[in-house]
Amino acid sequence: MTLDAAEPLAIDPLLDDPGTRIIVCCGSGGVGKTTTAAALGVRAAERGRKVVVLTIDPARRLAQSMGIDSLDNTPRRVKDVEGDGELHAMMLDMKRTFDEIVEAHADPDRAKAILSNPFYQSLSAGFAGTQEYMAMEKLGQLRARDEWDLIVVDTPPSRSALDFLDAPKRLGSFLDGKFIKLLMAPAKMGGRAGMKFLNVGMSMMTGTLGKLLGGPFLHDVQTFVAAMDTMFGGFRTRADATYRLLQAPGTAFLVVAAPERDALREAAYFVERLAADDMPLAGLVLNRVHGSAASRLSAERALAAAESLEEPPDPADASAENPAENLDDRRIVDQEAGKAGDRGSSDSSPHAVASDAHASNADVSHAHASDADAAGARAGIDPDQVGSDQVGPDREVPDQESVERLTAGLLRLHAERMQVLAREQRTRDRFTALHPEVPVAEVAALPGDVHDLAGLRTIGDRLAAGGPPAGAA
Amino acid sequence: MSRLQVVSGKGGTGKTTVAAALALALAKEGRRTLLVEVEGRQGIAQLFETEAFPYEERKIAVAPGGGEVYALAIDAERALLDYLQMFYKLGGAGRALKKLGAIDFATTIAPGVRDVLLTGKACEAVRRKNKQGGYAYDYVVMDAPPTGRITRFLNVNDEVAGLAKIGPIHNQAQAVMRVLKSPETAVHLVTLLEEMPVQETVDGIAELRGAELPTGKVIVNMVRPHVLDEAAVRGVTGDRRKEVAKTLTRAGVTGSAKLVTPLLEQAAEHAERVELEREQRAALGQLGLPTYELPLIGEGMDLAGLYRLATELRKLGVGE
Ligand SMILES: Nc1ncnc2c1ncn2[C@@H]1O[C@H](COP(=O)(O)OP(=O)(O)OP(=O)(O)O)[C@@H](O)[C@H]1O
Ligand SMILES: [Mg+2]
Repeated sequence: MTLDAAEPLAIDPLLDDPGTRIIVCCGSGGVGKTTTAAALGVRAAERGRKVVVLTIDPARRLAQSMGIDSLDNTPRRVKDVEGDGELHAMMLDMKRTFDEIVEAHADPDRAKAILSNPFYQSLSAGFAGTQEYMAMEKLGQLRARDEWDLIVVDTPPSRSALDFLDAPKRLGSFLDGKFIKLLMAPAKMGGRAGMKFLNVGMSMMTGTLGKLLGGPFLHDVQTFVAAMDTMFGGFRTRADATYRLLQAPGTAFLVVAAPERDALREAAYFVERLAADDMPLAGLVLNRVHGSAASRLSAERALAAAESLEEPPDPADASAENPAENLDDRRIVDQEAGKAGDRGSSDSSPHAVASDAHASNADVSHAHASDADAAGARAGIDPDQVGSDQVGPDREVPDQESVERLTAGLLRLHAERMQVLAREQRTRDRFTALHPEVPVAEVAALPGDVHDLAGLRTIGDRLAAGGPPAGAA
Repeated sequence: MSRLQVVSGKGGTGKTTVAAALALALAKEGRRTLLVEVEGRQGIAQLFETEAFPYEERKIAVAPGGGEVYALAIDAERALLDYLQMFYKLGGAGRALKKLGAIDFATTIAPGVRDVLLTGKACEAVRRKNKQGGYAYDYVVMDAPPTGRITRFLNVNDEVAGLAKIGPIHNQAQAVMRVLKSPETAVHLVTLLEEMPVQETVDGIAELRGAELPTGKVIVNMVRPHVLDEAAVRGVTGDRRKEVAKTLTRAGVTGSAKLVTPLLEQAAEHAERVELEREQRAALGQLGLPTYELPLIGEGMDLAGLYRLATELRKLGVGE
């Protein structure tokens, strides 16, 4: 009955296939594109490929750990990658990329004029799409160098996942715009002729714009446009070439999304758009998915149980297992008694349970500041968050009560987790219903941020395992 | 409180949501607030579950206790045309410019010009008077561009200084700047207790300060309650585990033996997150700015959630 028909996305075969030359990680902002791209790079390199990862705005610590925080706009080899492959990484510097294009395509004098023009400076730093355009430009450059057998690209943190596909065209159509033509016309046609042809338009406009912005503004625009003129054709040609590169068989798109409504809605748009543009989609990476190994305990039951533990202890009934007044709990117990086995089981194998816990707790990398904290381990409740009516300020709570508080806390946390799971499941089902054909890899949420190779490897493992975390599906 | 409240923050941290909640919270006791957005995304309309707005100020909500919230999606092109019309009676020429793509061009090639138009419209609303001579709006709340762009966006003077050295745009930029750098304005940054947003907040505050723009509050959004701390969770070993299992059973949970391990694992993750959040709080604490914390609305955001956030903001003293 579930909609889990989506086939799992097989990451390793994709990374291992020598035919895969470019992987583009796209999706809306804040979903983990950069981390996913870096993790794929590490994994592919450790599986023997020669990889370059182009990241955009990586978290500072992640960039530092990969040795690419220097911003020199060229790939650097990443140390400590294991195996035969190689990993190179870089962080995009959009202004520098733009400058380099100018320098490469204009003679020195003209380049200088362009680079110092205030409009160029404004455009190269601020055009709503410069970053997208430059990311694609850089991809084209890396591909042309042909030094790597796999390029993994991150895309800019656009508000819309579609921005980076549209940006090159937007820049192109902007440069092709009527107005730019108009501005250039006088220069091209020897002044007067153009002016006459365009009659009212130009003079009225020059007048208005001059009034509005001041004379020098228009002059700057015209010099800029004239200086850029020779380069315009080049921009468009390259934008078109990159666009075709993205349609080529060696390219694979991975749409990254968090299991949230907005991100998955964007992902769905993007899937449709890729299809419309004949771009090859490999699958969806659902990042930061929550799971629970205790998912058979529902949120409602966990909350009810927590509440029953938090009730003020009734001295007359202190040892009763099922306080008679708590009818709700009674009902739950009665229902469950038949199928879930005897209560005695809680005592039957405590040792197995304990050693289990140690094994799996070891997987969770603790970043505890100091073990000294553990000394105060007993009370179990964060005093900041809990009123003093619940925990004595001196922490001299009777042991029995503290176990109850602790257990109630565990149950409340679990209820919260189950609510998250349910919400994620709903949004995910909606996506799967729309696009059952898209393979999905789920990456379980880590409690903290990823900022080193070890963390990237963990993400890579989870990507490759592909399936939902326990209890998520 | 400053009359122009600018809400920025890393993308996705809840700028739009917090700006809307703030507008509701400020619309207290018959006051009137204007909520403006500047990125052409119709985020406010989505949030209030209404149709996209035309370019006009319209009432979108009545605040708890009776104030009114108006909203406007400011559009640079429309603002420019209005402006041309207002000051130069250039209606026809404006349309011609538009047809040629000149406005598109000007606002594209010189984002500073677009920003002047957007902030200019917001400042105009701040200063506008009604017939009785009072302010048309008690407060204007702006759902602003994200942290990475906020300083450039607000620092319009610097941005257009190199472009429009004289003329009305230049003058407009100066006038806008006077409002934005005065105590009439406060720039708030929304963040989550996670590394990237906090880092961006720290950097953003430094930039705002560097540009002498007035910083307001750090608004920590989607705060989850701390249920258990790490020490407590790590304390559960050996016999203690048995006690937990028994307590679970007593509370009506069946099969508790198998649940202790996963529940403790979840608690360990929670504890780790709490620890990371502590570090992030400490980093924010260094900024020396007042901080508001808003809870995570677990059921997902809707109008009810929005009103809840507004109520939280009032409890924190917004609009006093
Ligand atoms: N306190 C909260 N509790 C729960 N959900 C929240 C809370 N604040 C915001 N959200 C949700 O988080 C998501 C992002 O919020 P919002 O759109 O306000 O962010 P934003 O910063 O404006 O994003 P953008 O950068 O895209 O403009 C939305 O789905 C919103 O409903
Ligand atoms: Mg928003």
